[in-house]
Amino acid sequence: MKSVKVEDISKPSDQLTHVEPGECMPLPPPYDDPANIPQWKPLNEQARRDVESSLDDTIAVGFPKPKTKEEERELVNKFLSGLEKLFSKENNWTFYQPLLLSMENCARCMTCSDACHIYEASGKNPVYRPAYRSEVLRRIYNKYIKPGGKFFGKWRNGEVDLNWTTVARLLELSYRCNLCRRCAQTCPIGVDNALIAHEIRKVFSQELGIAAKELHEKGSVLQLKVGSSTGMNTEVVKDNIEFIDEDMTDKTGMEIHTPWDKVGADVLLIHNAGEIMAWPENPGAFAVIFEAAGVNWTMSSEAVAYDSINYGVWYDDFMLAKVAVKHAQVAKKLGVKKIVIGECGHATKALVVVADRVLTGDLNVPRESALTFLRDLVFSGKLKLDPSRNDFPVTLHDPCNMVRLAGIVEPQRQILRKIAPKFREMEPHGVDNYCCGGGSGFAIMSPYNFGDWRFHVSGRKKLQQVLNAFRDELSPDIPKYLCAPCSNCKGQLRDLLQYYNVWEKLRIQYGGLVELIVNCMVDVKLGFIDWEWH
Amino acid sequence: MILLEFLIYLCVAVCGVGVIRKIYQYVNTPVHLRWELYPVAHEAGEKVCYGGSYFEDVDWWKCPRKPSLIGELKGMIPEMLFVKALYEHNRPLWCRSFPFHFGLYLLIGFAGLIITGAFLNLIGLPVAWASPSSLGRPVYILTILVGIPGMLLTLIGSAALFHRRMIDLDIKDFTYFSHYFNLGFIFATVFFVFLAWLLSDRGFSGLRNFVAGLVPFVPLQPPGFLISVEALFTSLLVAYIPFTNLSHPIAKYFTYHKVRWDDEPNLPGSAMEKRIGEYLNYPVTWSAPHLQGEGARTWAKIATEEIKKDEKR
Repeated sequence: MKSVKVEDISKPSDQLTHVEPGECMPLPPPYDDPANIPQWKPLNEQARRDVESSLDDTIAVGFPKPKTKEEERELVNKFLSGLEKLFSKENNWTFYQPLLLSMENCARCMTCSDACHIYEASGKNPVYRPAYRSEVLRRIYNKYIKPGGKFFGKWRNGEVDLNWTTVARLLELSYRCNLCRRCAQTCPIGVDNALIAHEIRKVFSQELGIAAKELHEKGSVLQLKVGSSTGMNTEVVKDNIEFIDEDMTDKTGMEIHTPWDKVGADVLLIHNAGEIMAWPENPGAFAVIFEAAGVNWTMSSEAVAYDSINYGVWYDDFMLAKVAVKHAQVAKKLGVKKIVIGECGHATKALVVVADRVLTGDLNVPRESALTFLRDLVFSGKLKLDPSRNDFPVTLHDPCNMVRLAGIVEPQRQILRKIAPKFREMEPHGVDNYCCGGGSGFAIMSPYNFGDWRFHVSGRKKLQQVLNAFRDELSPDIPKYLCAPCSNCKGQLRDLLQYYNVWEKLRIQYGGLVELIVNCMVDVKLGFIDWEWH
Repeated sequence: MILLEFLIYLCVAVCGVGVIRKIYQYVNTPVHLRWELYPVAHEAGEKVCYGGSYFEDVDWWKCPRKPSLIGELKGMIPEMLFVKALYEHNRPLWCRSFPFHFGLYLLIGFAGLIITGAFLNLIGLPVAWASPSSLGRPVYILTILVGIPGMLLTLIGSAALFHRRMIDLDIKDFTYFSHYFNLGFIFATVFFVFLAWLLSDRGFSGLRNFVAGLVPFVPLQPPGFLISVEALFTSLLVAYIPFTNLSHPIAKYFTYHKVRWDDEPNLPGSAMEKRIGEYLNYPVTWSAPHLQGEGARTWAKIATEEIKKDEKR
């Protein structure tokens, strides 16, 4: 692997670093055979010519190259002005303290490197070290923002030049981190490199208006404009849920009707609307469980409130707050006792944890994760369950946003231990888990050849974990279930398993937790889980 | 001598100002959005063992919250004394870092014992092996038992860390002159303390008398050359530390207690809610097209503003 120094980020070249697929972390059988590894499509010449692509082998944001030196200077100056705002209490009260702590106290011991699945999977590419991008920002901050930085910065913190190349590569580099914060967990001082990646994304979004299209334009903005990042408006979402209800009624033999806008319900259930489009059996299974357990629940047909996604949590505090406020306003209007977030990790973290200190007064509506709520339903005795219906190997993927970042670890395990006799953990698991590789928005991002990077690099560790969890029963004669109670993780796992042809080769299927619960409900027709659909 | 005495006072004052400034800098920052990382050490019961939180309880807001002080101490003490995180995640570095840190802790204890001994001397309780005072002998023995291992561990640790920074390719690119200087400065200071003990001050009585002489209106005994050098280096190091990365233990308190383990909910009517209410009224200058703060609009105003369906931002 070619050595890349921190200061090299400022030096113009066609490409700062390259990931050689052959040097990536080895995978277990059958992917130890290069013939079973899909080819990584190179970037096309037009992309290389038109958009910023000088970091590595892929493009996440796709920012058009400036046409003139004047444009370059303007972007650099705007970046610097955004950086100043990042270190102002008024503009960035939301993360000023943790940012300052992480910027000023890194011991550069590199303990974080070995915790990072992207660094490990890439064959230890130096540019993907969690500390690399932090160090670039730290040097810029120390040299250009801190008083006396131009005189003492180099001595104290090393050298870097701030130019268009640096800014453009830093933008892309902020989208080579899943924000899973596994690195922060291992830091002996408590420095958080993922937070720094998050804050870099914020400078670009909040000052320059630059963010990954899938997160901002097609994500948060679309959600706030029409109601959902999927593009579904109220009428469409109600139609789709009606269709799902009919399908569930046929499939389970139970009469299912999703209640809408029920004033005074105990529970306002908000799904990631991607589930409704891509995995209808998931919201369907929720409805089956809630109806069977007699829960007084409702969904909202009001724009934004039928989609729990909150991509702002990854790149823009204001977009985070806008969506969280909308969710809370609708809950308040309906007078529900609490909001329950469906199987979606980032939505849970955004609304239950992070936005807790944005929602004040009567907007501070009680909020909780579906996993907790489901655990109580499963153990309440209100559902008649036959675990023998789930008599196949099951393993559990821990969504970082629910586990390491929200401390919701046991409810999903308690359920699985009760309903899945062949449940086994993958290693490591719980708060030490690895990200699926789709975290921080990657699961919905596939511009240019970014998908190849996601599957070869950021998702590689998860694939290794899944294969190892089922290593004793890898035979394609045995269907296996990878339980991922998170919509974005499922998006990543769907694409990852498809990319490596895992279903065809090994019969590993993925899905949520509620599907497993419904699959073993005695009152439901046999075979709720559709193994052939994947 | 007066110059050295003045320098010591100045350095201690500079250190005090530096430490207070650093603490103030972190204390005086707004409460941030929640960004905790599990396990949270003060989580009650079994949850702390596997990293669970109160979010695992249905209707958690109705349950009394009982952060465990014992749990927090269990998390803090091994981390502070034994650098547990490094032991678990970076063993080769821990082998070098632990002696360095533990040595420094012993040296802080050693400094406390020297000051204690100096005061005992001043009030007529001699600190020596043959001291008639019931305190004098234990303090004398303890000073040696704490001081010498502290010096040796710090010397070994700082040299080992310096060496690693030179040879380990993983961290070499992230190592600056200041890293070498800081470790070298500590090594040199402790080396002079060690040398003074070895060559001229085996019972630390010279050092103790010198420290006693720093008390106002007490005549300062002229120390020997090595004790003067030792005092000079130690004073400069003490003044230097708060302005460098070496003061990270202060930051570590905040990264753990105010970020990683900060799971305090924003409950209606709480002091936190009141503070957040103030922050929401901060004027914002972010200038992206979808925000356009311009210093006139507040955080709350932007966060609650509708995005119109036909808006092109």
